[in-house]
Amino acid sequence: MKIAIVGNPNSGKTTLFNALTGSAQHVGNWPGVTVEKKEGQLKKHKEITIVDLPGIYSLSPYTLEEVITRDFILNEKPDAIVNIVDASNLERNLFLTTQLFELNLPVIVALNMMDVVRHRGDEINVNHLAHLLDARVVEIVAKQEQGLDGLIQEILNLYPKRSHLNCFSEDVNQALYTLEAYINKFQPTLRFDSIKLFERDEHLLEQLNLSDQLLHSIETIIQPLEQQYDDDAEAIIISQRYDKVKEIIEQSSHKQPLFESLTDKIDKVLTHRFFGLPLFFVIMGLVYYISITTVGNYGIQFMESLIQTLSQALNQFLIMVNTSDWVRSLVVDGIFNSIGAIFTFVPQLIILFLLLSILEDTGYMARVAFILDRVFRKFGLSGRSFIPMLIGTGCSIPGIMASRTIESENDRKMTIILTPFIPCSAKIPVFAMFIAVLFPKMAWIGPLIYLVAFLVIILAGILLKRTKYFSGRPSPFIMELPEYKIPTVKSLLIHMWDKAKGFVKKAGTVIFVAVTILWILSHFSPQFNYLEDAQISQSILAQIGNLLRYLFIPLGFGDSWAPVTAALSGMVAKEVVVTTFASISQSTPVLFSQISALSFMIFILFSSPCVAALGAMKKELGDTKTTLLAIVFQTGLAYILSFITYQFGSLIFSQTNAVKPQVLDLANRELPESLSINFNSLFILVGIFGFILLIVYIISKVKKEQPIHDIR
Amino acid sequence: MTLNEAKINQEVKILAIHGEKHLRRRLMDMGLTKREIIVIKKVAPLGDPIEIRIRGYELSLRKDEAQNIEVEVVSQ
Repeated sequence: MKIAIVGNPNSGKTTLFNALTGSAQHVGNWPGVTVEKKEGQLKKHKEITIVDLPGIYSLSPYTLEEVITRDFILNEKPDAIVNIVDASNLERNLFLTTQLFELNLPVIVALNMMDVVRHRGDEINVNHLAHLLDARVVEIVAKQEQGLDGLIQEILNLYPKRSHLNCFSEDVNQALYTLEAYINKFQPTLRFDSIKLFERDEHLLEQLNLSDQLLHSIETIIQPLEQQYDDDAEAIIISQRYDKVKEIIEQSSHKQPLFESLTDKIDKVLTHRFFGLPLFFVIMGLVYYISITTVGNYGIQFMESLIQTLSQALNQFLIMVNTSDWVRSLVVDGIFNSIGAIFTFVPQLIILFLLLSILEDTGYMARVAFILDRVFRKFGLSGRSFIPMLIGTGCSIPGIMASRTIESENDRKMTIILTPFIPCSAKIPVFAMFIAVLFPKMAWIGPLIYLVAFLVIILAGILLKRTKYFSGRPSPFIMELPEYKIPTVKSLLIHMWDKAKGFVKKAGTVIFVAVTILWILSHFSPQFNYLEDAQISQSILAQIGNLLRYLFIPLGFGDSWAPVTAALSGMVAKEVVVTTFASISQSTPVLFSQISALSFMIFILFSSPCVAALGAMKKELGDTKTTLLAIVFQTGLAYILSFITYQFGSLIFSQTNAVKPQVLDLANRELPESLSINFNSLFILVGIFGFILLIVYIISKVKKEQPIHDIR
Repeated sequence: MTLNEAKINQEVKILAIHGEKHLRRRLMDMGLTKREIIVIKKVAPLGDPIEIRIRGYELSLRKDEAQNIEVEVVSQ
């Protein structure tokens, strides 16, 4: 038996789904698209499958989520629909309910958030409401798991109820009956289809493929009513639905007169005309500071010593059982240490996820989108693109996964492609290494790299927006600002765990394979002799590097096989570039000038991310073709930027020290793991971002703009 | 006048929704229909988008989207 959960975004759908399915869920994407699909078994009734459909406001044919929901219901024919309704927002929620009734399926209305209703002093007569809707209505408070037994009872009900609620006036109904003649009489969704036909629904018209003559006669039915009501068919249907819903609500509930809710009070401060932005910076700065610098750093140090201890133990054990050298090297140095190095970032990420889950679940994220939209919109993105990028400063993989909250498909794709441009924790050791060796006393290069990343993202966004792929009608911003809520600890932990699990599973498997392959390529010569670390110059990987290096001569680092080989090894994880350079340096000196080092850093920064991130990209983008295009775009852009850096740099700084090749002296050095992001750098970063915002604001003031005045 | 010309806290009644098909549909689905009364509650710190109160909840939209909504002031 299959049950679909349908409801508005922010109605508590996910909470209900989690409560009903427990941990028995499977999360993926709807095929070919970037929308998340969740399925699970009902706890204690494993024969019942629950499918969580995307949050929707209506069943129009215009957004991806609505089409997915429609198609699922019409094609996969679930046995019943659980329509979760936010009781504190009845009008808009019941608007969807009326449409679900027309699908000729049993609909159980789960009236959620009754606690908010009671808190406000409002009253809803649930029995009367059920009577007026002609449907079963169950009161629940999903986040406290109240009322679920009653809901499950209804789901198991052998004689489920189908509503016969009629929303429309006599004359409209008459027209709808007439239109039914144009549809297959045996369609179970006759009522739904006739209404869609009346609305001239594109999706349905495409499916029915009617002749021009038939289309014309349909018009003769619709147009007189449009004349009469002085509105188009779609508007008539929508208005009448809302009128009916209003009528039902008036008869079955009582609302207290409008007062300033707690949400309004909080928003007065958080989205204040003047204080909103600074407060936003403070909050985001705190999130960043706590997760990436302080707690995050402790987490990294802890993990590093943990990995080191385990690694040594493993090494000793393998020596003890007399394994051959190469097996030991593969297991300890190759697999264990590499994966360990990568997983040192996990504690940092978990903290970041927790903080961001708090922000999302409380409802603050919607305000972030509200505040930032003006800026991001200029670059072809939406305010919601900020979060994936913020996460991307830790690691691109969860950043890419976070783009799911972006409603528009195009914005989502663009954010996915642009997020890897942000310096992630893995790229930082690479920069730190170059800065320490070649740019001593020039630590400002660190923040400069972030600035370059921001600028490139902005420019790349503008560029992509102009391509045919991403242009086309800009998606509407129209967005609900939900009430602030205190998230339950349970839901926070579930969110955090979801994200962490996804990252570990995905990254873990991909990285494991990649690391093994890399180890083989760098520890075996083309004649398959085993090589020690320091003999890497004879390895297969080095040969590949030697072949490809010619491509990189214009970029300043193609003179030897070493840089390209290191860059290749970065495909496993960007910080492996450092270890590769370290291995190479043991036998062959590696040469870089300041300019060629900059060029190399730019290339590493912007070229396609590590294989694990590529995997995440493919999963979120939905198909291989788009992913390949993204890779070409990213690496192509990296090449061009690197080229510009090297050529112009050499020109401007010719005759100076900057172009003199130096030895990358990595021996006897304590390689810094971080760019010493201290408060100074943080202020610089924040200042840069604030500066950009200020420019946008000033530009808008200069252009003739109608500011909105307060009537009071 | 259009919604983006209204003042904060001023009650206005919707006269018509214009604009491109899918934008119109989206606005109407969210509850912005003829004869409905709405109020602008605030403007974002950077001047755009705006937040309106409609059918008991808060909706934010960009000024250029609001431009499609023809309104008249509700006389007290």
